[in-house]
Amino acid sequence: MGTLVGVDIGGTFTDVVVLDEARLELRIGKVATTPDDQSLGLIAALDGLQVSYPAIDLVTHGTTVATNAVLERDGGRCGLIATRGFRDILELRRRDRPHMYGLTGSFEPLIPRDRRLEVTERMAAEGDILTPLCEEEVLEAGRLLLAQWVEAIVISFMNSYANPEHERRAKEILQAEWPHLYVVTSSETLPVFREFERTSTAVVNAYVQPNVGYYLESLEERLSEQGYTNDLFIMQSNGGMMSSASVRDLPLNTVLSGPAAGVIAATRIAAEHGFSNLITYDMGGTSLDVSLVQDGKPLPSSGMDLEFGIPLMVSMIDIHTIGAGGGSIARIDQGGLLQVGPQSAGAEPGPVCYGKNGTAPTLTDANLILGRINPNYPIAGVAGPSFDVTGARAVVTEAIGKPLGLSTEQAAQAIVTVANNRIAGSLRRVSIDKGHDPREFTLFSFGGSGPLHVGYLLRELSIGQGIVPYYPGIASAWGCVIADRRHDFVTMQNTLLSDLDLAAVENTLAEHLAAGEAMLAGENVPLERVTVIREADISYEGQTHVIRTALPAGDLSHESIAASFRSAYLQHYGRVEEGFGGLEELLDQIPIRLLNLRTAVIGVRTNVRLKDFVPAPATTLAEARKEERPVFVDDGFITSPIYDRAKLPWDAKFAGPALIEQADTTIWLEPWCRATVAEGGSLMIEVT
Amino acid sequence: MALDPITLAVIRGGLEQIADEMDATLERMAFSPVISDGFDRASGIYHVRDGEVIMQGPRGLPNFICVMEITVRSVIERVKDFQEGDVFIVNDPYLGGTHLMDVKMVRPFFYKGKLTAFLANSGHWPDIGGRVPGGFSTRATEIYQEGLRLPPVRIMAGGKLNQEVLDIILHNVRVSAERQGDIIAKITALNLGADRLTKLLDRYGEATVFEAVDEMKARSERLMRSHIETIPDGTYEFTDYIDSDGVEWEPLALRLKLTVSGSDVHVDFSESSPPCRGPLNSVFSTTLAGVFITFKHIFPDVPINAGCFVPIKVNIPTTTFLHAQPPRPVAGCAAEVCQRVIDVMLGALSQAIPEKAYAAPMGTVTNLSVGGENPGRGYYVFYSFIGGGYGGNFQTDGLINGNPTIAVARTQALEIFEFRYPVLFTRYTIREGSGGAGERRGGYGVIFEFMIRDGDASVSLLGERGRFAPFGILGGRSAQSAEHVFTLNGEEFRPEHITKDEGVHMRPGDVLSLRTPGGGGYGDPYERPTELVLQDVRRGYYDRQAALRDYGVRIQPDAWVVDADSTRMLRANRSQSGDDAGDA
Repeated sequence: MGTLVGVDIGGTFTDVVVLDEARLELRIGKVATTPDDQSLGLIAALDGLQVSYPAIDLVTHGTTVATNAVLERDGGRCGLIATRGFRDILELRRRDRPHMYGLTGSFEPLIPRDRRLEVTERMAAEGDILTPLCEEEVLEAGRLLLAQWVEAIVISFMNSYANPEHERRAKEILQAEWPHLYVVTSSETLPVFREFERTSTAVVNAYVQPNVGYYLESLEERLSEQGYTNDLFIMQSNGGMMSSASVRDLPLNTVLSGPAAGVIAATRIAAEHGFSNLITYDMGGTSLDVSLVQDGKPLPSSGMDLEFGIPLMVSMIDIHTIGAGGGSIARIDQGGLLQVGPQSAGAEPGPVCYGKNGTAPTLTDANLILGRINPNYPIAGVAGPSFDVTGARAVVTEAIGKPLGLSTEQAAQAIVTVANNRIAGSLRRVSIDKGHDPREFTLFSFGGSGPLHVGYLLRELSIGQGIVPYYPGIASAWGCVIADRRHDFVTMQNTLLSDLDLAAVENTLAEHLAAGEAMLAGENVPLERVTVIREADISYEGQTHVIRTALPAGDLSHESIAASFRSAYLQHYGRVEEGFGGLEELLDQIPIRLLNLRTAVIGVRTNVRLKDFVPAPATTLAEARKEERPVFVDDGFITSPIYDRAKLPWDAKFAGPALIEQADTTIWLEPWCRATVAEGGSLMIEVT
Repeated sequence: MALDPITLAVIRGGLEQIADEMDATLERMAFSPVISDGFDRASGIYHVRDGEVIMQGPRGLPNFICVMEITVRSVIERVKDFQEGDVFIVNDPYLGGTHLMDVKMVRPFFYKGKLTAFLANSGHWPDIGGRVPGGFSTRATEIYQEGLRLPPVRIMAGGKLNQEVLDIILHNVRVSAERQGDIIAKITALNLGADRLTKLLDRYGEATVFEAVDEMKARSERLMRSHIETIPDGTYEFTDYIDSDGVEWEPLALRLKLTVSGSDVHVDFSESSPPCRGPLNSVFSTTLAGVFITFKHIFPDVPINAGCFVPIKVNIPTTTFLHAQPPRPVAGCAAEVCQRVIDVMLGALSQAIPEKAYAAPMGTVTNLSVGGENPGRGYYVFYSFIGGGYGGNFQTDGLINGNPTIAVARTQALEIFEFRYPVLFTRYTIREGSGGAGERRGGYGVIFEFMIRDGDASVSLLGERGRFAPFGILGGRSAQSAEHVFTLNGEEFRPEHITKDEGVHMRPGDVLSLRTPGGGGYGDPYERPTELVLQDVRRGYYDRQAALRDYGVRIQPDAWVVDADSTRMLRANRSQSGDDAGDA
């Protein structure tokens, strides 16, 4: 029992949740992000809630510092030492191009060629030393790189996954000579094959390290100036938190920090209402993050491309991101078709209605024109006291209405419909495309812009039920507060299942567990229990793509692993009505290969439920209803009542059309929807 | 128009996702690394009437843009009794194919008991039998030597596997066990497509979906026409060459006359060289694909369907090597000739629309197949192809190590090659100096070099651009041409046809070094900003001497500093004398 603080810093807003477990009290804050030094906004948000810093037990933080360092090419000055003949691996990539069609574009690697050097050494794929490491060359390379003022050195040798000895030794040599130099090896970052992906992952880690390290240091300093004395925790892309000390060594684990926190919040809040299969979407000002939760667990992924040519392979929640948000810009393309996004007006200048010299029509402008957003109620004061409706109307008419021969409202409606379809496409991609029927899922809608679109999406995807949590606009910060602690480990095995040494496997899994428990023990946060997920990446011999398969419980045997894989494989690919048409027998003749062993060690914290912190309002539905506003639907204005969310009594039921307003978002209940207020204030929405 | 634009958008999105999901399933289940890691595959939905493409997966291999439509049409013409649950397998290049290694499957799709559409996919197999492992014989003079050639036959009949056909295939290809896995992958992907398409038709109704299909076709045509109208009317000519056919040391000319008139384009290759003896012939479908891919590269926003290419008419007579007839060998058509078609198209269009111009990309994929016995681990075949530089262009320098313009295929990880096969890489680096100089310089090719570690191997190489280098435009210089060198038993060996040879016997310790071309340069190199030249030299892309010679930039010998006075003088004198250093 204590005071917990969750902070999520996004591109537009800094969101804060302060939770007093003893008093069951919850406070939320939202301020504009301070891009130059994000810790300023964080402190401002906490100050705004009059937090007593010495009384805080734990601060957990979702951050975009690592991602921004790569996207803005603002990271550390790094050098690379490679095997002789292979310094260009990072720049050659896997031989590709930025766009499928169109041959423009070039590529700048995170470490340019003049800071990539080679030394004599060579390992074989079996791990045998073919050419010993030339230690003098390592020292010389270090000298040359330091003469170029590098802050960090990455060592990446061929086949180091099979035998890391040369990388280890090279690191030792550099650190003996320059004890304060940050040195990272590819095998300690990602001990699996594929030299480009492994090198890129290690390079990203070194590249973002100074930014993340400096940021955490300054944040900790500010917090401690205010009197906060405990450890700072950071959300990782895998949905668990980790101490800032560990994050300094492994900053690459934070690239999806905020979005992962959002998925964790969605998973847990939905569970409070008994839902464990979800499609979640988090829509803010510039981007849309979509993910799928099955049986209460977000789907995992083993990596992503940060941008063209920069893969990052670490355990993360599988989150699909597209450029679609309130700031998405609408335009007419050369074929005369209306397009919305992926370009965004961002926070500056923002939508036209913000009155900050924005000139391009955006989705928010369209929602405002349609009457779905309250013109006198901008979120967190981004646009002063009220929105510029006249300006928004003029731009939408000029840029979209006139060319398409539509009225201002029709043009705004077309913008919203096109955007809705892009969102729907993205929801399909994480569900239907991966073999999941959306009708078996619940739609979890959050983010500042998400709940305006929930009704349309429910109908479009034939999803039975949608949930809008009580605080849709600060869900990621809530996710930070409640997240478990989690550490992921991977070890490459790469053997035929029939040759697999089961004792060695048990040994590796035990090492993973011991390492995870040690990390948990070093972090001072009370836990309820520790759970362990053991998985393996398995394929048929000769395949490239693996299926992540849960290892059977109890003693492992070749047969039990094969059976788990086979059933996972058929589930993954066989979800068609006619199945494999007898082809399973052909498959059974093919040997099975086990590529990687994976362990997640999860420190489960006491379950904190949002609904325990939201007191039941003593008001009636009639009292919650504040006024009316005309809303444009299907070619005409209809009158929609407006409800104050804070006053909606639990168990209240009402039908659309309706607008539900609250500090961090607006919910638009389409005329074909009805809503029920659940315990804790969540809105359960259905298509009638 | 009866159909509202939103329903149209939704159906379009639904069809696209079906094709995309078929691609994803094929790629993830495949055993051929060329499919699973190299993305050398495509999937699509085709019209029941004439096989016209309705939708191709957005991530599908560009080379199959129109090829699969012709494949489906051939199946429709030859088969009269389609049954529910049939799947046809076909790889005949002359029936809408590429090379024999691209194996297609076509599934008639029944909706409510009625034949309603066709689903098809294609994927590259590492071997298809024939005289050399991998299928890239460079000395074949008949298609019969290139491998197993299948007309459309049922691999699945009425939902049941046709074991007899499967046995014929498996008896005729090397490392056949893996191919069994690829067959499963292709059939499963088509099954999944059928399942999804049924659901889409249930949801929106057959009439509405096909109304949308017609509308999509009309819109693509309109959009393509609106782009073509931006190209000034006129006839633009361009000629480039294939080094040789692998058998005779004679260049093959691609002579293009491209005429734009309003929103119509006429592409005339009739003056090109006659059919050749070796495997550098092209089949009609592959030549046509090159023409279409070029337009997609220039106008990427036009959605692919049958309407997209209606405005483009071609004349590619059978008197040319670009429309060969059986039994001419064609192993080089998909990856080599097709790229040259794109190069000459880019060359002609760069005269018409310099604001969208590209210098020539590397123009070759350098097909490499290695087969042999790995002591203790059995017979193996691997196939790979190697990247090169793209041309400098209206927006940027050329990309370093781009993938072929006809494909989206990636190289596999070297560590996976070393793990699976008895080879050891000795070098994989940027090939310095290989890009053409220009205001926006060409990208660089690579040096891809490996040694045989164990067992004897038979190596075949089918490449191009060893003799005729990728060209520069608007004053940019041409790139370096390809140069491939074997070291056999300590002795250097260079193939007679530079980039082509077959069955080269390599023993443990022997080395093959492949050095691929860069891309051509765009614009006068003397216009390249001096700080970029300095940066290029610092990175070792080319040396100080080349900076002086090609770019008129003098860099101090012992510091990373441009000698500003000397450089200004050099550049000024060149422009006064009117000396044109460019060769285009």
